[in-house]
Amino acid sequence: MSSLLRLATAGSVDDGKSTLVGRLLYDTKSVLADQLDAIERASVDKGMTTPDLSLLVDGLRSEREQGITIDVAYRYFATPNRSFVLADTPGHVQYTRNTVTGASTAQLGVLLVDARNGVVEQTRRHAAVLAMLGVPRLVLAVNKVDLIDYDEAAFTVIAKEFAAHATSLGYAEGTVLAVPVSALQGDNVATKSENTPWYSGPTLLEHLEEVPVAPDPHEAPFRMPVQYVIRPRTSEYPDYRGYAGQIAAGTVRPGDEVVVLPQGLKSTVQSVDTADGSLDEAGTGKSITVVLSDNLDITRGDVIAAADNAPKVTDEFTAALCWLSSKQLEPGARVLVKQGTRTVQAMVEELNARFDEQTLSIVDAPEKLELNEIGNVSLRLAEQLPVDDYTVSPRTGAFIVIDPKDGDTLAAGLVGHRFSQLKGVTEPEDA
Amino acid sequence: MTTLEAAADAARDNLAALESEAIHIFREVAGEFDRPVILFSGGKDSTLLLHLAIKAFWPAPVPFPLLHVDTGHNFDEVIAFRDHVVEKYGLRLVVASVQDYIDDGRLAERADGTRNPLQTQPLLDAIADNKFDAVFGGGRRDEERARAKERIFSLRSAFGQWDPRRQRPELWNLYNGRHRPGEHVRVFPLSNFTEADVWNYIAREQVELPSIYYAHKRKVYSRDGMWLTEGPWGGPRDDEEVHELMVRYRTVGDGSCTGAVESTASTVDEVIAEVQASRLTERGATRADDRMSEAAMEDRKREGYF
Repeated sequence: MSSLLRLATAGSVDDGKSTLVGRLLYDTKSVLADQLDAIERASVDKGMTTPDLSLLVDGLRSEREQGITIDVAYRYFATPNRSFVLADTPGHVQYTRNTVTGASTAQLGVLLVDARNGVVEQTRRHAAVLAMLGVPRLVLAVNKVDLIDYDEAAFTVIAKEFAAHATSLGYAEGTVLAVPVSALQGDNVATKSENTPWYSGPTLLEHLEEVPVAPDPHEAPFRMPVQYVIRPRTSEYPDYRGYAGQIAAGTVRPGDEVVVLPQGLKSTVQSVDTADGSLDEAGTGKSITVVLSDNLDITRGDVIAAADNAPKVTDEFTAALCWLSSKQLEPGARVLVKQGTRTVQAMVEELNARFDEQTLSIVDAPEKLELNEIGNVSLRLAEQLPVDDYTVSPRTGAFIVIDPKDGDTLAAGLVGHRFSQLKGVTEPEDA
Repeated sequence: MTTLEAAADAARDNLAALESEAIHIFREVAGEFDRPVILFSGGKDSTLLLHLAIKAFWPAPVPFPLLHVDTGHNFDEVIAFRDHVVEKYGLRLVVASVQDYIDDGRLAERADGTRNPLQTQPLLDAIADNKFDAVFGGGRRDEERARAKERIFSLRSAFGQWDPRRQRPELWNLYNGRHRPGEHVRVFPLSNFTEADVWNYIAREQVELPSIYYAHKRKVYSRDGMWLTEGPWGGPRDDEEVHELMVRYRTVGDGSCTGAVESTASTVDEVIAEVQASRLTERGATRADDRMSEAAMEDRKREGYF
């Protein structure tokens, strides 16, 4: 079981997300006395009678002044069995941008709804974005149950509606849980509430502690983009030549047959090195240095992959783009694509489709893609790249789109993704 | 497996993930930037930063120099430690001296004698003069609310300024280090470490730290609720009584505004136990500069501070 759970939260304005996150920090004793003193003082200044836990997480002055959250914030809390990295993503402005950022590394998404309003449009959109990014598990926190008098029937309606939506997005049974909570009162966040005797499931925190994290894709073939070539040329290591990188997928052992792409050179792994010594095996996420048995010309940007199951090398592919910039995208745009450790020039040849999150449907051949929109595009690259389908190997199927003029990050890209995960959505027939 | 063993297992796993993430970040910068530098004060976070850099490029030497912004209000033990580390690993050290700026009038001493806010100008000048394009810092997101929104790659303008609205979305582990001439990027490999992680990792790796992080006898006086040490930075005043106490430091910064905490923790394990039991954040307990206003850190970050 992994002991580090990365999760992302999302919700609409006023659903009480900052309060829920504040509550998680408070109830896991991740808030210390001086921080608490500071928010108590600030709460009194604002004329409030109880400490406003949302002040623990609203970090920037402009946010505190407006009482809203602008940017993705990262929070840390821990229980004896697990450490948590929580990406707190705001719901109202630029929501796709923030949700995509927070969810790109998340193993679980917590969506928040106000029990009085139930599942709203934005809940559906957030869930669709999380599904597209392949976040393996969802939790629906039905907040403010105190304001509906802890009504079981109302909760059940919301939970069922959300479960049906999650199923339509491709979530299997058992990967989605709804919990009735009151972030303000603390019901079912860290402690089981006496006000909801009809709820037999875990508290939110219990679930976060116990939920199985998607197993590392051990079956996935080995992939490692080369970050840096280590050549000490010291008296102790005169001829050492190692390829440094973080394993994007699979495992590697000495003796493994590998291929270096895009060149297509074959070799054998001689050793898997770290500063703590050589390893018998290393798995996904581990930073290592690979020494090969042949002397090849390998540089940053190349990919070392399992010889018997290598990614395809291509200079064109289709991909889903989450457009994160206020500059709009039109067909013919020239951009930079950073995938793995390589950045190449590219042209957006076609806008094939746009995903309409309002209606969860596909719009064919849109004229442009704007901020927060999700589209499917055809890209042509100036160089050959080894790429995987995002759904097969997320870390080698993911890329970012960069504006060559000013260096801004324009979009998050998912190779091969044709909204096919979004079941219930009809794909355009010719795409 | 007992509960304790499971917890120990979980902690190891967590530290291994954080280590791999930091090493990946160091290597990305080495691969994409021309002139990176590691900001190094001799404090525990920057010492940990250097430790991870050494592991990232082993068995080759670290391909970056160190930059120390020296306020002139130093703890002798920390400067001795800095020089020891530089020599041990054969590193190059660049020093930007606040004292030099005060001596030649480019900066004026503040009325309160605190020099932490004065570090910004010498830091930005050193970055510009040396044409550093990536500057590693030991900042962590758990330290303070404004830092919680910091990116791992944080773009700074030609004036060194941080504009929260111009920060780029950071997706997967695909960092975007593009910058225009004159701009630079601050890089924070320890972003996802917490204070407890830092200490647990120091224990696991047996990282050597300056002695003042561990309990020792020291003459101190109380000011603004903190135990400050005697020094050339103006203290104690006549009305401030000097006590000899067993203390240690949780953070190490400018001597005029870094307070000691009463402690008997003289080993890493004792420090870890103390940190776990503490009800104060390390900055709240020991940094006068962060107490100045609600938005103290946000304001200093905008100006170009770390």
